[in-house]
Amino acid sequence: MSQRIAVHDPRGFAPKVTGKQLAPRLEGFDGKTVYLVDCLFDNSEVFMRELQDWFGKNLPAVKTPIIKPRESWVDDPGMRAKVVAEGDAAILGVGL
Amino acid sequence: MSLEAAGIPTVAVHTHVFARLARATALANGMPTARQAYVPQPLVDRSPAQLRAYIEGPDPISKRPFIQEIIEALSGPLCDEDRKGLSFERIHPRLLEPDSEENLQQFFMEQRWTDFLPVVLPTEARVAAMLKGTNHPAEKIVGRLSPTNFRESWEFDVEKVAVNAVMAGARPEYFPVILAMASSGLTARNSSTTSFAGIGVVNGPIRNEIGMNGSIGALGPYNHANTTIGRAWNLLSQNLQGGSVPGESYMGSLGNMSSYSATFPENEERSPWEPLHVRYGFKRTDSAVTVFRGGRYMQAGYGPRATWQEKFKRALTAGSARQSPLIVVDPIVARLFTELGFDSKQKLIDWVAENVTIPAREYWDDQWVQTLVHPLAVAGVEPYATNLKAAPDDSLEMYRPEEINIVVTGGETQGAWRIYEGSRLKDCTISIDAWR
Repeated sequence: MSQRIAVHDPRGFAPKVTGKQLAPRLEGFDGKTVYLVDCLFDNSEVFMRELQDWFGKNLPAVKTPIIKPRESWVDDPGMRAKVVAEGDAAILGVGL
Repeated sequence: MSLEAAGIPTVAVHTHVFARLARATALANGMPTARQAYVPQPLVDRSPAQLRAYIEGPDPISKRPFIQEIIEALSGPLCDEDRKGLSFERIHPRLLEPDSEENLQQFFMEQRWTDFLPVVLPTEARVAAMLKGTNHPAEKIVGRLSPTNFRESWEFDVEKVAVNAVMAGARPEYFPVILAMASSGLTARNSSTTSFAGIGVVNGPIRNEIGMNGSIGALGPYNHANTTIGRAWNLLSQNLQGGSVPGESYMGSLGNMSSYSATFPENEERSPWEPLHVRYGFKRTDSAVTVFRGGRYMQAGYGPRATWQEKFKRALTAGSARQSPLIVVDPIVARLFTELGFDSKQKLIDWVAENVTIPAREYWDDQWVQTLVHPLAVAGVEPYATNLKAAPDDSLEMYRPEEINIVVTGGETQGAWRIYEGSRLKDCTISIDAWR
Protein backbone atom coordinates (compact mmCIF):
# COMPACT_ATOMS: atom_id res chain seq x y z
CA MET A 1 0.00 0.00 0.00
CA SER A 2 1.27 3.46 -0.87
CA GLN A 3 2.47 5.74 1.90
CA ARG A 4 -0.15 8.22 3.09
CA ILE A 5 0.94 11.83 2.92
CA ALA A 6 -0.53 15.10 4.15
CA VAL A 7 -0.78 17.99 1.73
CA HIS A 8 -2.03 21.57 1.82
CA ASP A 9 -5.41 22.72 0.53
CA PRO A 10 -4.61 25.07 -2.38
CA ARG A 11 -7.73 27.22 -2.15
CA GLY A 12 -7.85 30.84 -1.05
CA PHE A 13 -9.92 32.29 1.76
CA ALA A 14 -13.56 32.78 0.80
CA PRO A 15 -15.35 35.80 2.27
CA LYS A 16 -18.04 35.23 4.88
CA VAL A 17 -21.49 35.40 3.33
CA THR A 18 -24.19 37.32 5.13
CA GLY A 19 -27.77 36.53 4.19
CA LYS A 20 -29.82 39.30 2.62
CA GLN A 21 -33.57 39.36 2.34
CA LEU A 22 -35.53 40.02 -0.79
CA ALA A 23 -37.62 43.15 -1.01
CA PRO A 24 -41.39 42.86 -0.52
CA ARG A 25 -43.03 42.03 -3.85
CA LEU A 26 -45.61 44.11 -5.68
CA GLU A 27 -49.25 43.44 -4.91
CA GLY A 28 -50.25 44.55 -8.37
CA PHE A 29 -48.79 46.29 -11.40
CA ASP A 30 -51.36 48.97 -12.16
CA GLY A 31 -49.87 52.43 -11.81
CA LYS A 32 -46.46 51.06 -10.91
CA THR A 33 -43.14 52.06 -12.44
CA VAL A 34 -40.97 49.09 -13.41
CA TYR A 35 -37.54 50.24 -14.53
CA LEU A 36 -35.98 48.28 -17.37
CA VAL A 37 -32.26 48.45 -16.62
CA ASP A 38 -30.25 48.02 -19.82
CA CYS A 39 -26.91 46.51 -18.72
CA LEU A 40 -25.30 47.68 -21.99
CA PHE A 41 -24.35 44.33 -23.44
CA ASP A 42 -24.53 44.23 -27.21
CA ASN A 43 -28.21 44.15 -28.30
CA SER A 44 -29.63 44.36 -24.78
CA GLU A 45 -31.03 47.79 -25.67
CA VAL A 46 -33.07 46.21 -28.47
CA PHE A 47 -34.25 43.50 -26.08
CA MET A 48 -35.35 46.09 -23.53
CA ARG A 49 -37.23 48.07 -26.18
CA GLU A 50 -39.11 44.92 -27.14
CA LEU A 51 -39.87 44.20 -23.50
CA GLN A 52 -41.07 47.78 -23.06
CA ASP A 53 -43.30 47.36 -26.09
CA TRP A 54 -44.71 44.11 -24.69
CA PHE A 55 -45.68 45.84 -21.46
CA GLY A 56 -47.19 48.75 -23.40
CA LYS A 57 -49.43 46.40 -25.34
CA ASN A 58 -50.29 43.90 -22.61
CA LEU A 59 -50.05 45.82 -19.33
CA PRO A 60 -50.55 49.45 -20.37
CA ALA A 61 -51.13 50.64 -16.80
CA VAL A 62 -47.48 49.92 -15.99
CA LYS A 63 -44.80 52.52 -16.72
CA THR A 64 -41.59 50.90 -17.99
CA PRO A 65 -38.87 53.50 -18.52
CA ILE A 66 -35.54 52.20 -19.82
CA ILE A 67 -32.51 53.31 -17.85
CA LYS A 68 -28.80 52.65 -18.40
CA PRO A 69 -25.71 52.75 -16.20
CA ARG A 70 -22.96 55.11 -17.28
CA GLU A 71 -20.52 52.26 -18.06
CA SER A 72 -20.61 48.52 -18.57
CA TRP A 73 -19.60 46.39 -15.56
CA VAL A 74 -19.22 49.45 -13.34
CA ASP A 75 -21.63 50.25 -10.54
CA ASP A 76 -23.56 53.46 -11.15
CA PRO A 77 -24.83 54.73 -7.76
CA GLY A 78 -26.66 57.62 -9.41
CA MET A 79 -28.66 55.28 -11.60
CA ARG A 80 -29.46 53.01 -8.66
CA ALA A 81 -30.61 55.98 -6.59
CA LYS A 82 -32.96 57.06 -9.36
CA VAL A 83 -34.49 53.58 -9.60
CA VAL A 84 -34.96 53.44 -5.82
CA ALA A 85 -36.44 56.94 -5.64
CA GLU A 86 -38.75 56.76 -8.62
CA GLY A 87 -39.35 53.06 -9.24
CA ASP A 88 -41.44 50.30 -7.73
CA ALA A 89 -39.59 47.36 -9.31
CA ALA A 90 -36.77 46.64 -11.76
CA ILE A 91 -35.96 44.20 -14.52
CA LEU A 92 -32.21 43.95 -15.20
CA GLY A 93 -30.80 42.59 -18.38
CA VAL A 94 -29.46 41.13 -20.29
CA GLY A 95 -26.53 39.74 -18.33
CA LEU A 96 -25.14 37.88 -21.37
CA MET B 1 -29.05 42.73 -5.46
CA SER B 2 -28.35 46.16 -4.02
CA LEU B 3 -31.73 47.20 -5.46
CA GLU B 4 -33.41 44.37 -3.51
CA ALA B 5 -31.63 45.54 -0.37
CA ALA B 6 -33.01 49.02 -1.03
CA GLY B 7 -36.56 47.66 -1.16
CA ILE B 8 -36.98 47.35 -4.94
CA PRO B 9 -38.23 43.94 -6.12
CA THR B 10 -35.93 42.91 -8.93
CA VAL B 11 -35.52 40.18 -11.50
CA ALA B 12 -32.35 39.70 -13.53
CA VAL B 13 -32.57 38.37 -17.09
CA HIS B 14 -29.74 36.23 -18.47
CA THR B 15 -29.17 33.97 -21.44
CA HIS B 16 -29.61 30.36 -20.45
CA VAL B 17 -25.95 29.31 -20.54
CA PHE B 18 -25.35 31.58 -17.56
CA ALA B 19 -27.85 29.81 -15.28
CA ARG B 20 -25.25 28.05 -13.09
CA LEU B 21 -23.17 31.18 -12.80
CA ALA B 22 -26.21 33.31 -11.92
CA ARG B 23 -27.22 30.88 -9.18
CA ALA B 24 -23.67 30.68 -7.79
CA THR B 25 -23.36 34.47 -7.77
CA ALA B 26 -26.69 34.87 -5.97
CA LEU B 27 -25.60 32.30 -3.38
CA ALA B 28 -22.25 34.04 -2.83
CA ASN B 29 -24.16 37.25 -2.18
CA GLY B 30 -26.31 35.67 0.51
CA MET B 31 -29.43 35.86 -1.63
CA PRO B 32 -29.77 32.35 -3.14
CA THR B 33 -33.41 32.89 -4.10
CA ALA B 34 -32.76 36.14 -5.97
CA ARG B 35 -35.12 36.05 -8.88
CA GLN B 36 -33.67 35.16 -12.27
CA ALA B 37 -35.28 34.63 -15.66
CA TYR B 38 -33.69 33.29 -18.81
CA VAL B 39 -33.87 33.71 -22.56
CA PRO B 40 -32.07 31.60 -25.16
CA GLN B 41 -28.48 32.30 -26.15
CA PRO B 42 -27.47 34.18 -28.28
CA LEU B 43 -28.81 37.68 -27.85
CA VAL B 44 -26.16 39.32 -30.01
CA ASP B 45 -27.09 39.80 -33.68
CA ARG B 46 -30.71 38.75 -33.11
CA SER B 47 -33.34 40.94 -34.78
CA PRO B 48 -36.09 42.74 -32.85
CA ALA B 49 -38.54 40.13 -34.05
CA GLN B 50 -36.34 37.30 -32.82
CA LEU B 51 -35.92 39.00 -29.44
CA ARG B 52 -39.68 39.48 -29.25
CA ALA B 53 -40.04 35.74 -29.80
CA TYR B 54 -37.71 35.18 -26.83
CA ILE B 55 -39.95 37.41 -24.71
CA GLU B 56 -43.14 35.70 -25.79
CA GLY B 57 -41.64 32.21 -25.67
CA PRO B 58 -40.61 29.86 -22.88
CA ASP B 59 -37.84 30.41 -20.35
CA PRO B 60 -35.37 27.71 -21.47
CA ILE B 61 -34.46 26.85 -17.87
CA SER B 62 -37.87 26.67 -16.18
CA LYS B 63 -39.74 25.75 -19.41
CA ARG B 64 -42.51 28.12 -18.31
CA PRO B 65 -43.46 31.28 -20.25
CA PHE B 66 -40.72 33.88 -19.89
CA ILE B 67 -43.21 36.65 -19.15
CA GLN B 68 -44.84 34.55 -16.45
CA GLU B 69 -41.42 34.19 -14.81
CA ILE B 70 -40.98 37.97 -14.90
CA ILE B 71 -44.42 38.76 -13.51
CA GLU B 72 -44.17 36.19 -10.71
CA ALA B 73 -40.61 37.22 -9.87
CA LEU B 74 -41.82 40.74 -9.11
CA SER B 75 -45.19 39.99 -7.58
CA GLY B 76 -45.21 36.38 -6.32
CA PRO B 77 -45.28 35.64 -2.59
CA LEU B 78 -42.08 35.40 -0.57
CA CYS B 79 -41.06 32.32 1.41
CA ASP B 80 -39.03 32.16 4.64
CA GLU B 81 -35.78 31.73 2.74
CA ASP B 82 -36.55 34.85 0.72
CA ARG B 83 -36.98 36.82 3.94
CA LYS B 84 -33.79 35.61 5.60
CA GLY B 85 -31.30 35.05 2.86
CA LEU B 86 -28.55 32.58 3.64
CA SER B 87 -25.52 33.24 5.85
CA PHE B 88 -22.59 30.85 5.79
CA GLU B 89 -18.84 30.55 6.00
CA ARG B 90 -16.54 28.51 3.78
CA ILE B 91 -13.59 27.62 5.95
CA HIS B 92 -11.27 25.00 4.51
CA PRO B 93 -8.79 23.10 6.68
CA ARG B 94 -5.17 24.06 6.04
CA LEU B 95 -4.25 20.41 5.39
CA LEU B 96 -6.25 17.72 3.63
CA GLU B 97 -6.84 14.25 5.03
CA PRO B 98 -3.69 12.17 4.42
CA ASP B 99 -3.93 9.78 1.50
CA SER B 100 -1.75 8.05 -1.08
CA GLU B 101 -0.04 10.14 -3.74
CA GLU B 102 -2.09 8.44 -6.46
CA ASN B 103 -5.38 9.18 -4.70
CA LEU B 104 -4.38 12.76 -3.97
CA GLN B 105 -3.46 13.40 -7.60
CA GLN B 106 -6.87 12.09 -8.55
CA PHE B 107 -8.58 14.13 -5.85
CA PHE B 108 -6.85 17.37 -6.92
CA MET B 109 -7.93 16.74 -10.50
CA GLU B 110 -11.53 15.96 -9.50
CA GLN B 111 -11.67 19.13 -7.43
CA ARG B 112 -10.46 21.05 -10.50
CA TRP B 113 -7.41 22.36 -8.64
CA THR B 114 -5.09 21.41 -11.52
CA ASP B 115 -4.72 22.17 -15.23
CA PHE B 116 -5.19 18.43 -15.90
CA LEU B 117 -1.47 17.89 -16.05
CA PRO B 118 0.06 16.15 -13.01
CA VAL B 119 0.98 18.55 -10.20
CA VAL B 120 3.66 18.37 -7.56
CA LEU B 121 1.69 17.62 -4.41
CA PRO B 122 2.10 20.44 -1.87
CA THR B 123 3.41 18.55 1.13
CA GLU B 124 4.31 20.46 4.27
CA ALA B 125 8.00 20.00 3.57
CA ARG B 126 7.76 21.25 -0.01
CA VAL B 127 5.68 24.27 0.98
CA ALA B 128 8.11 25.07 3.81
CA ALA B 129 10.98 24.94 1.33
CA MET B 130 9.11 27.27 -1.05
CA LEU B 131 8.53 29.73 1.78
CA LYS B 132 12.29 30.05 2.18
CA GLY B 133 12.25 31.83 -1.20
CA THR B 134 10.92 35.00 0.44
CA ASN B 135 11.51 36.92 3.65
CA HIS B 136 7.82 37.60 4.05
CA PRO B 137 5.96 35.61 6.72
CA ALA B 138 3.67 32.80 5.62
CA GLU B 139 0.59 34.47 7.09
CA LYS B 140 1.09 37.83 5.36
CA ILE B 141 -1.87 38.70 3.15
CA VAL B 142 -0.73 39.02 -0.48
CA GLY B 143 -3.93 40.19 -2.14
CA ARG B 144 -7.31 39.30 -3.53
CA LEU B 145 -8.45 37.82 -6.83
CA SER B 146 -11.79 37.24 -8.51
CA PRO B 147 -12.74 35.68 -11.86
CA THR B 148 -14.20 39.01 -12.98
CA ASN B 149 -14.44 42.39 -11.35
CA PHE B 150 -18.09 42.05 -10.37
CA ARG B 151 -17.83 38.75 -8.52
CA GLU B 152 -16.69 38.09 -4.98
CA SER B 153 -12.97 38.37 -4.28
CA TRP B 154 -11.10 35.73 -2.34
CA GLU B 155 -8.12 36.63 -0.16
CA PHE B 156 -4.86 34.73 0.16
CA ASP B 157 -1.61 34.79 2.09
CA VAL B 158 2.01 33.98 1.26
CA GLU B 159 1.59 30.33 2.25
CA LYS B 160 -1.34 29.84 -0.13
CA VAL B 161 0.74 31.25 -2.98
CA ALA B 162 3.56 28.88 -1.98
CA VAL B 163 1.18 25.91 -2.12
CA ASN B 164 0.25 26.71 -5.71
CA ALA B 165 3.85 27.46 -6.65
CA VAL B 166 4.82 23.99 -5.43
CA MET B 167 2.00 22.44 -7.45
CA ALA B 168 3.30 24.16 -10.59
CA GLY B 169 6.76 22.68 -10.06
CA ALA B 170 8.41 26.02 -9.32
CA ARG B 171 11.60 26.36 -7.29
CA PRO B 172 11.96 28.57 -4.19
CA GLU B 173 14.22 31.03 -6.01
CA TYR B 174 11.33 31.83 -8.39
CA PHE B 175 8.95 32.56 -5.53
CA PRO B 176 9.38 36.37 -5.42
CA VAL B 177 8.33 36.56 -9.09
CA ILE B 178 5.25 34.44 -8.39
CA LEU B 179 4.34 36.49 -5.32
CA ALA B 180 4.62 39.69 -7.35
CA MET B 181 2.27 38.27 -10.01
CA ALA B 182 -0.16 37.06 -7.34
CA SER B 183 -0.18 40.52 -5.73
CA SER B 184 -1.06 42.23 -9.03
CA GLY B 185 -4.80 41.76 -8.57
CA LEU B 186 -4.94 40.51 -12.18
CA THR B 187 -6.17 36.95 -12.56
CA ALA B 188 -4.66 34.77 -15.26
CA ARG B 189 -7.99 32.89 -15.31
CA ASN B 190 -10.43 35.63 -16.17
CA SER B 191 -13.96 34.32 -16.66
CA SER B 192 -14.81 36.65 -19.54
CA THR B 193 -16.78 34.96 -22.30
CA THR B 194 -14.07 36.27 -24.60
CA SER B 195 -11.43 33.90 -23.12
CA PHE B 196 -8.63 36.12 -21.90
CA ALA B 197 -5.36 34.56 -20.77
CA GLY B 198 -2.60 36.16 -18.71
CA ILE B 199 0.83 37.01 -20.11
CA GLY B 200 3.78 37.88 -17.84
CA VAL B 201 6.99 39.71 -18.82
CA VAL B 202 9.91 39.68 -16.39
CA ASN B 203 12.56 42.41 -16.33
CA GLY B 204 15.67 43.15 -14.30
CA PRO B 205 18.48 41.15 -12.69
CA ILE B 206 16.27 38.35 -11.39
CA ARG B 207 15.88 37.02 -14.95
CA ASN B 208 19.48 35.88 -14.92
CA GLU B 209 19.61 35.03 -11.22
CA ILE B 210 16.96 32.34 -11.70
CA GLY B 211 18.00 31.29 -15.19
CA MET B 212 15.02 32.46 -17.25
CA ASN B 213 15.30 32.12 -21.00
CA GLY B 214 15.01 35.25 -23.13
CA SER B 215 16.94 33.70 -26.00
CA ILE B 216 16.15 30.89 -28.46
CA GLY B 217 12.64 29.58 -27.80
CA ALA B 218 11.86 32.23 -25.15
CA LEU B 219 8.11 31.96 -25.73
CA GLY B 220 8.06 28.17 -25.76
CA PRO B 221 8.38 25.32 -23.24
CA TYR B 222 12.18 25.30 -23.18
CA ASN B 223 13.02 26.65 -19.75
CA HIS B 224 12.09 25.51 -16.25
CA ALA B 225 11.68 28.99 -14.77
CA ASN B 226 9.66 30.45 -17.67
CA THR B 227 7.33 27.48 -17.74
CA THR B 228 6.71 26.92 -14.05
CA ILE B 229 6.37 30.61 -13.15
CA GLY B 230 3.70 31.03 -15.80
CA ARG B 231 1.99 27.82 -14.72
CA ALA B 232 2.08 28.92 -11.08
CA TRP B 233 0.34 32.19 -11.94
CA ASN B 234 -2.41 30.24 -13.68
CA LEU B 235 -2.87 27.64 -10.94
CA LEU B 236 -2.87 30.23 -8.16
CA SER B 237 -5.33 32.35 -10.11
CA GLN B 238 -7.89 29.57 -10.41
CA ASN B 239 -7.46 28.23 -6.89
CA LEU B 240 -7.10 31.46 -4.93
CA GLN B 241 -9.99 33.29 -6.62
CA GLY B 242 -12.55 30.59 -5.86
CA GLY B 243 -12.27 28.43 -8.93
CA SER B 244 -12.22 28.40 -12.70
CA VAL B 245 -14.81 25.78 -13.56
CA PRO B 246 -16.47 25.89 -17.00
CA GLY B 247 -20.10 26.91 -16.83
CA GLU B 248 -19.84 27.94 -13.20
CA SER B 249 -16.87 30.20 -12.60
CA TYR B 250 -15.32 30.20 -16.09
CA MET B 251 -17.36 31.29 -19.09
CA GLY B 252 -14.74 31.69 -21.84
CA SER B 253 -16.48 30.28 -24.88
CA LEU B 254 -13.36 29.09 -26.71
CA GLY B 255 -10.86 28.97 -23.83
CA ASN B 256 -7.23 29.90 -24.36
CA MET B 257 -4.14 27.75 -24.94
CA SER B 258 -2.00 30.40 -23.22
CA SER B 259 -3.81 29.57 -19.98
CA TYR B 260 -1.28 26.81 -19.28
CA SER B 261 1.71 29.11 -19.08
CA ALA B 262 2.72 32.34 -20.82
CA THR B 263 5.57 34.10 -19.02
CA PHE B 264 8.95 35.10 -20.42
CA PRO B 265 11.76 37.60 -19.77
CA GLU B 266 12.84 40.51 -21.92
CA ASN B 267 16.24 40.04 -23.55
CA GLU B 268 17.57 43.31 -22.17
CA GLU B 269 21.20 42.51 -22.94
CA ARG B 270 20.55 42.25 -26.69
CA SER B 271 17.95 45.01 -26.95
CA PRO B 272 18.84 48.48 -28.23
CA TRP B 273 15.85 49.95 -26.40
CA GLU B 274 14.98 50.59 -22.78
CA PRO B 275 13.46 47.64 -20.91
CA LEU B 276 9.71 47.45 -20.42
CA HIS B 277 9.80 48.06 -16.67
CA VAL B 278 11.79 51.29 -17.12
CA ARG B 279 8.82 52.71 -19.04
CA TYR B 280 6.78 52.24 -15.89
CA GLY B 281 9.13 53.98 -13.47
CA PHE B 282 11.55 51.27 -12.46
CA LYS B 283 15.35 51.40 -12.75
CA ARG B 284 17.22 48.93 -14.93
CA THR B 285 18.69 47.47 -11.75
CA ASP B 286 15.21 46.78 -10.32
CA SER B 287 13.46 43.50 -10.94
CA ALA B 288 9.81 43.73 -11.92
CA VAL B 289 7.12 41.75 -13.68
CA THR B 290 4.44 43.21 -15.94
CA VAL B 291 1.23 41.23 -16.28
CA PHE B 292 -1.04 41.57 -19.29
CA ARG B 293 -4.59 40.45 -19.95
CA GLY B 294 -5.04 39.10 -23.45
CA GLY B 295 -3.50 36.35 -25.50
CA ARG B 296 -6.52 35.89 -27.76
CA TYR B 297 -5.02 37.01 -31.03
CA MET B 298 -1.53 36.64 -32.42
CA GLN B 299 0.01 37.86 -35.63
CA ALA B 300 3.50 37.04 -36.90
CA GLY B 301 5.93 38.46 -39.40
CA TYR B 302 9.57 39.11 -40.27
CA GLY B 303 11.70 42.10 -40.94
CA PRO B 304 11.09 45.00 -40.95
CA ARG B 305 11.20 44.49 -44.70
CA ALA B 306 10.45 47.03 -47.42
CA THR B 307 6.69 46.77 -46.97
CA TRP B 308 6.74 46.49 -43.17
CA GLN B 309 4.40 49.43 -42.72
CA GLU B 310 1.65 47.77 -44.72
CA LYS B 311 2.21 44.47 -42.92
CA PHE B 312 2.15 46.14 -39.51
CA LYS B 313 -1.06 47.99 -40.35
CA ARG B 314 -2.74 44.79 -41.55
CA ALA B 315 -1.58 42.84 -38.51
CA LEU B 316 -2.62 45.49 -36.03
CA THR B 317 -5.97 46.31 -37.60
CA ALA B 318 -6.77 42.60 -37.39
CA GLY B 319 -6.82 43.02 -33.60
CA SER B 320 -9.60 44.48 -31.50
CA ALA B 321 -9.78 48.21 -30.93
CA ARG B 322 -10.60 47.73 -27.30
CA GLN B 323 -7.72 45.33 -26.64
CA SER B 324 -4.18 46.66 -26.86
CA PRO B 325 -1.27 45.10 -28.72
CA LEU B 326 1.83 43.67 -27.06
CA ILE B 327 4.48 43.76 -29.77
CA VAL B 328 7.20 41.15 -29.19
CA VAL B 329 10.29 41.41 -31.38
CA ASP B 330 13.52 39.51 -31.74
CA PRO B 331 16.65 41.62 -31.05
CA ILE B 332 17.43 41.51 -34.80
CA VAL B 333 14.10 43.22 -35.49
CA ALA B 334 14.69 45.83 -32.80
CA ARG B 335 18.09 46.73 -34.25
CA LEU B 336 16.69 46.94 -37.79
CA PHE B 337 14.04 49.33 -36.53
CA THR B 338 16.74 51.53 -34.99
CA GLU B 339 18.38 51.68 -38.44
CA LEU B 340 15.06 52.99 -39.77
CA GLY B 341 15.16 55.80 -37.21
CA PHE B 342 13.14 54.21 -34.45
CA ASP B 343 15.84 54.64 -31.85
CA SER B 344 13.36 54.21 -29.00
CA LYS B 345 10.33 52.03 -28.36
CA GLN B 346 8.29 55.19 -27.96
CA LYS B 347 8.93 56.28 -31.54
CA LEU B 348 7.61 52.98 -32.86
CA ILE B 349 4.67 53.12 -30.44
CA ASP B 350 3.81 56.61 -31.68
CA TRP B 351 3.99 55.43 -35.30
CA VAL B 352 1.59 52.59 -34.53
CA ALA B 353 -0.85 54.86 -32.69
CA GLU B 354 -0.88 57.36 -35.55
CA ASN B 355 -0.98 54.98 -38.50
CA VAL B 356 -3.08 52.04 -37.41
CA THR B 357 -6.58 53.22 -38.25
CA ILE B 358 -9.88 51.72 -39.31
CA PRO B 359 -13.10 53.25 -40.72
CA ALA B 360 -15.48 54.54 -38.05
CA ARG B 361 -18.20 52.13 -39.17
CA GLU B 362 -15.89 49.17 -38.45
CA TYR B 363 -14.70 50.66 -35.17
CA TRP B 364 -18.23 51.14 -33.83
CA ASP B 365 -19.42 47.77 -35.14
CA ASP B 366 -16.98 45.90 -32.89
CA GLN B 367 -19.02 44.06 -30.25
CA TRP B 368 -16.84 45.08 -27.33
CA VAL B 369 -16.45 48.63 -28.53
CA GLN B 370 -20.25 48.75 -28.54
CA THR B 371 -20.44 47.28 -25.06
CA LEU B 372 -17.58 49.08 -23.36
CA VAL B 373 -16.75 52.23 -25.34
CA HIS B 374 -20.08 53.37 -26.74
CA PRO B 375 -21.58 54.16 -23.29
CA LEU B 376 -18.52 56.29 -22.51
CA ALA B 377 -18.85 58.10 -25.83
CA VAL B 378 -22.51 58.82 -25.17
CA ALA B 379 -21.59 60.11 -21.73
CA GLY B 380 -19.17 62.59 -23.32
CA VAL B 381 -15.88 60.95 -22.37
CA GLU B 382 -13.09 61.90 -24.78
CA PRO B 383 -11.71 60.86 -27.21
CA TYR B 384 -14.69 58.51 -27.63
CA ALA B 385 -17.30 61.27 -27.80
CA THR B 386 -15.49 62.91 -30.72
CA ASN B 387 -15.00 59.53 -32.39
CA LEU B 388 -18.74 58.93 -32.19
CA LYS B 389 -19.32 62.00 -34.36
CA ALA B 390 -17.08 60.65 -37.12
CA ALA B 391 -18.62 59.88 -40.51
CA PRO B 392 -18.76 56.14 -41.33
CA ASP B 393 -15.75 56.29 -43.65
CA ASP B 394 -13.63 58.57 -41.46
CA SER B 395 -10.51 56.91 -40.10
CA LEU B 396 -10.22 56.35 -36.36
CA GLU B 397 -7.03 55.46 -34.51
CA MET B 398 -7.42 52.00 -32.98
CA TYR B 399 -4.97 52.32 -30.09
CA ARG B 400 -3.69 55.06 -27.86
CA PRO B 401 0.09 55.26 -27.37
CA GLU B 402 -0.16 54.49 -23.66
CA GLU B 403 -1.98 51.23 -24.49
CA ILE B 404 0.76 49.87 -26.76
CA ASN B 405 3.77 47.95 -25.40
CA ILE B 406 6.90 46.54 -26.99
CA VAL B 407 9.13 43.78 -25.58
CA VAL B 408 12.38 42.44 -27.03
CA THR B 409 13.06 38.74 -26.60
CA GLY B 410 14.36 35.81 -28.61
CA GLY B 411 17.58 34.24 -29.77
CA GLU B 412 18.43 35.96 -33.08
CA THR B 413 18.05 32.90 -35.28
CA GLN B 414 15.50 34.90 -37.29
CA GLY B 415 14.29 38.47 -37.54
CA ALA B 416 10.86 37.48 -36.28
CA TRP B 417 8.15 39.47 -34.60
CA ARG B 418 4.79 38.71 -33.06
CA ILE B 419 1.89 40.86 -32.08
CA TYR B 420 -0.16 39.51 -29.19
CA GLU B 421 -3.21 40.95 -27.60
CA GLY B 422 -1.90 42.26 -24.29
CA SER B 423 -3.63 44.92 -22.23
CA ARG B 424 -1.57 46.26 -19.36
CA LEU B 425 -4.00 47.31 -16.68
CA LYS B 426 -3.27 50.13 -14.27
CA ASP B 427 -0.40 49.48 -11.83
CA CYS B 428 0.30 46.06 -13.30
CA THR B 429 4.09 46.38 -13.35
CA ILE B 430 5.00 45.06 -9.93
CA SER B 431 8.25 45.08 -8.01
CA ILE B 432 9.72 41.62 -7.57
CA ASP B 433 12.33 42.96 -5.17
CA ALA B 434 9.55 43.88 -2.74
CA TRP B 435 8.70 40.18 -2.52
CA ARG B 436 12.20 38.80 -2.02
